[in-house]
Amino acid sequence: MPFQLLNYPATQLLFMPELTRLDPDELLVHAQAEEAQQYRGKLKIFLGYAAGVGKTYAMLEAAHQRTQQGVDVVVGYVETHKRAETEALLAGLEVMPRLQVEYRGITLPEMDVDAILARRPKLALVDEFAHTNAPGSRHPKRYLDVEDLLVAGIDVYTTLNIQHLESLNDVVAQITGVVVRETIPDRVIDEASELQFVDLPPDELLQRLQEGKVYIPEQAARAIQKFFRKGNLTALREMALRRAAEQVDDQMRAYMQTRAIPGPWPASERLLACVGPSPLSERLVRATRRLADELNAEWFAVYVETIAHTQLSQPERDKVARHLLLAEELGAKTAVLPGQSIAETALNYARTHNITKIVAGKPLHSRWRDLLFGSIVDQLIHQSGAIDVYVISGQGEQVKTAEISPWLPHPPWGRYLRSIILVGLATMLAELVHPTLSVTNILVIYLFTVIWAAVSLGRGPAILTSFLGVLAFDFLFVPPRGTFAVSDTEYILTFLGLFAVGMTISYLTDRFQQQAEASQRRATETAILYELGRDLAVAAELETILEVVVRNIGRTFGRDTAVLLPDEGGQLTVSAHSEGFELDENETAVAAWAFEHNQPAGRGTDTLPATHSRYIPLKTAHGVVGVLGVRPSNMGAILSPEQRRLLDAFASLAALAVERAYLAQEAQKAHLQVETERMRSSLLSSVSHDLRTPLAGMMGAASILLENETLPPHTRREMTQTIYEEAYRLNSLVGNLLNMTRLEAGAIEVKKAWQPLEEVIGTALSRMEASLREHPVITQLPPDLLLVPLDELLIEQVLVNLLENAVKYTPVGSPIEISAWMEEMFITVQVADRGPGFLPGDEERLFEKFYRGRQPTGSGVGLGLAICRGIVAAHNGRIHAQNRPGGGAIIQFTLPIEGTPPQLKVEEGEL
Amino acid sequence: MPENAPLILVIEDEIQIRRFLRVALTGSNYRLIEAVTGQDGLVQAATRQPDLVILDLGLPDRDGLQVIEDLRTWTAVPIIILSARQQENDKVLALDAGADDYLTKPFGVSELLARIRVALRHATRTTQTAEPALFTVGDLRVDLAQRQVFVGEQEIHLTPIEYKLLVTLVQYAGKVVTQRQLLKEVWGPAYTTETHYLRVYMGQLRHKLETDPTRPHYLLTEPGVGYRLKV
Repeated sequence: MPFQLLNYPATQLLFMPELTRLDPDELLVHAQAEEAQQYRGKLKIFLGYAAGVGKTYAMLEAAHQRTQQGVDVVVGYVETHKRAETEALLAGLEVMPRLQVEYRGITLPEMDVDAILARRPKLALVDEFAHTNAPGSRHPKRYLDVEDLLVAGIDVYTTLNIQHLESLNDVVAQITGVVVRETIPDRVIDEASELQFVDLPPDELLQRLQEGKVYIPEQAARAIQKFFRKGNLTALREMALRRAAEQVDDQMRAYMQTRAIPGPWPASERLLACVGPSPLSERLVRATRRLADELNAEWFAVYVETIAHTQLSQPERDKVARHLLLAEELGAKTAVLPGQSIAETALNYARTHNITKIVAGKPLHSRWRDLLFGSIVDQLIHQSGAIDVYVISGQGEQVKTAEISPWLPHPPWGRYLRSIILVGLATMLAELVHPTLSVTNILVIYLFTVIWAAVSLGRGPAILTSFLGVLAFDFLFVPPRGTFAVSDTEYILTFLGLFAVGMTISYLTDRFQQQAEASQRRATETAILYELGRDLAVAAELETILEVVVRNIGRTFGRDTAVLLPDEGGQLTVSAHSEGFELDENETAVAAWAFEHNQPAGRGTDTLPATHSRYIPLKTAHGVVGVLGVRPSNMGAILSPEQRRLLDAFASLAALAVERAYLAQEAQKAHLQVETERMRSSLLSSVSHDLRTPLAGMMGAASILLENETLPPHTRREMTQTIYEEAYRLNSLVGNLLNMTRLEAGAIEVKKAWQPLEEVIGTALSRMEASLREHPVITQLPPDLLLVPLDELLIEQVLVNLLENAVKYTPVGSPIEISAWMEEMFITVQVADRGPGFLPGDEERLFEKFYRGRQPTGSGVGLGLAICRGIVAAHNGRIHAQNRPGGGAIIQFTLPIEGTPPQLKVEEGEL
Repeated sequence: MPENAPLILVIEDEIQIRRFLRVALTGSNYRLIEAVTGQDGLVQAATRQPDLVILDLGLPDRDGLQVIEDLRTWTAVPIIILSARQQENDKVLALDAGADDYLTKPFGVSELLARIRVALRHATRTTQTAEPALFTVGDLRVDLAQRQVFVGEQEIHLTPIEYKLLVTLVQYAGKVVTQRQLLKEVWGPAYTTETHYLRVYMGQLRHKLETDPTRPHYLLTEPGVGYRLKV
């Protein structure tokens, strides 16, 4: 297809065959990055190498161009330093009002992030990217404010001087002698969409400075003057140019990657920095980051926790934590590795992580130590194999660092005293046995003494013991006795041997002890996590889970803890907290921020660090279930990286447990719903059957009447009778259903009044008059008119239901007996019949809803007795059923007689 | 249908009940007018001057109680209310507001006609004649002039209050009398809530007059509402 090739532009032709080599992973990464970029605003940084090169001016000019293109531009925060030309450029742009932040009596102008977010422009101008916000602002640094704007989809133009870049911080200090305090992490620049380098030759800048065109704050005038030297400026300019070039290089590479343009890809490099408590480590971290940048490599920072770690003082441990934190901020992956030898452990890690270059610090201590104990750098170089080792130099101000040597612990002086006593005792023993033993064997006594001291007293006392032992041995037992002179040179070897034994054994003992301590600590951590896991596993209720979390964190980290969960309205509320953890409005807002953004916030984080507590979102696979608030009981102590990791592990365990509790609650709800649904459907089927049966009878009979005009009179009557009876049945059924519903809904109010029982029984009997026509009713009531506190309508219903049952289940003509009697403070009413009685075992179930005992001739829903029980229970009474001796059924209910019956004025005389 | 037959106004929104009432009432020689809403009912009552009103308490447009109150501002026409069971309180309120009697749905024709007869009789009596001196139902005989009570041939001795209670019921014979009304008329206005007085005396009266006080023949209880002397 040669003629087709002609259609392609030359560049594309060149790369045609490479199109197939497109790496899908790389493309995916790119696609994801681009997707994320679409929602985010774009960041453009105007990079300069010093104040006065015209960054703000360039930014404003660019903004004007965008405005002319119809873009909605606002000035978020621009500092003109009263320079006329810059101020002139502000005209015509919408300037957002500044926030005035009160701090210690001074008002500091700050950018109003919320106002900009509310205004939602397309592009916001934000000067001085590296600015540190006034204390109490939402974020400590302006670049974090800008991050908020970007996340909201607002494009941002900003300005930055090269010396504010974190990784260049030390280099800048070295070159210029000025330590820049306001720094920003390099990744912020890496993530910028565009970097525009604003340049001005140093000579011109210096001229501008002399002309007074460059703003210099008075208080910093001297430092600035020192700063603005041609040599400094040139060096800074070079740094800025390099940085800009790197950025262009990155963009070029990215461009080539997306278009599948093959290039001279650098071999994928991975760097490893070994950090420690020494101040050199900070430089080491920065240097590695720069190197990683230049090599476009991924990088790691590790701290090898050897036995020596246990002997570090708290400030030194904090330093290690800080160095690792810095590395993290600069984009490294960090790890704490337990191990015996720094070099070996680091190399192992390097090999398993395909590290190509290890960066180590040049040792700060003197050379004899290296000769004695070996240097880590030497070990690294010897064992590194294919891995390159870079050694970074120190700065020569390391005098303070070795104030505490990790190798020489200082046991209490008492131990030295004990070692002296020990030598004394040994000497006494040796003196005792001297006449019988040879000099060589006496030495053994001293040898044991040294071993003893090494094992039990530590290294220093052991050395002292061996030294004193040798002296005593020499003085008392080696001929010539009584002098330190040695007749035989062989004894010199003996002395050395004694020393060596003492040193070795004490060293080994020390080492074992320390290692045991380290592994003990790790075991404790594991045990703590295990304990939390176990406690959480047995806790089923949400409350218990939260209590377990709060208790465990308090115990492990010495922190006050609170767990905040969203309530039904989605509002975050404190669900559990330890004593002394109180949340004010601010703290709650921080917690809410952490919850909404799924990021830690508060103390020790980038967001609102001025708050007292740190808020960690409880993340699960399905989202954030809540927030864990942690506040140090002892203010100021920094969590070490391993503690932070442990805390994060705690948070994930807690999150899982909370989620589990939520799921369990939902399952419970679902189960309840199913149960209710089942009940409802059984009720529906039962009710619909019982409602339809009489309806069917009525409709049938009515249709016969409608369609047959010429029915004989007795058939007509029969049909009408059917309709009437079925309607009657339906009526009582509906009445029962209504009663039951009202009882269950709690809609029935028991209105007790003192009533003669006789009257209630009377009304029930007259309501049942028609049905009772074929049953003799015998009533046996106490002779005097007994007043009982009851609700006449409800108790009447109970009696009617009992009588209905008696009629329904007994043959025509069999008697029904109603009796009542008083027993102390109770009245018992009994309805008895001579029917078939109850099926054995039915006595309790009879009172359940929809339960029907013996199938009666008529039908019912099985609600009558359930209603009776409900009503009697509402009277605080009891009801029960039993078979009657001699055949038949008995149902009794007992009502309490509470209070005293009202007294009547006695009436005298007759008419 | 005779021109002078009593005219009954039925105020009821349910067509089935209206149809049933129409058949029952015209079959018993009553003249009938119907209204579907309370408002229409009031207009009909004013224009047609019925002899009796049958009023459903559950009307769609306005509260039945209001209709009674409106009617009672200008007419003493007997009012019989229709209501469902479990609305005892409504019934009492309606009766105390001036309704004469009530029927609980569902009800039969004979019950309906009996109530209408009693209500019409009381209405004509109050307007025309003085009360008869002798009241008789079944074996029970009350001689109001001699203040004597007989069951069969046996004279029953009553206390003054028992007698007063019986006489009050006799005055409204066949009609329901609310507890409140009885307490007020027999014991006085201060006793209207002391229902146990009423219950105890009613019980005593039953023991003296009824053969089986638990299955009373004359002194009927209207549960939750009041009492009724059978006619």
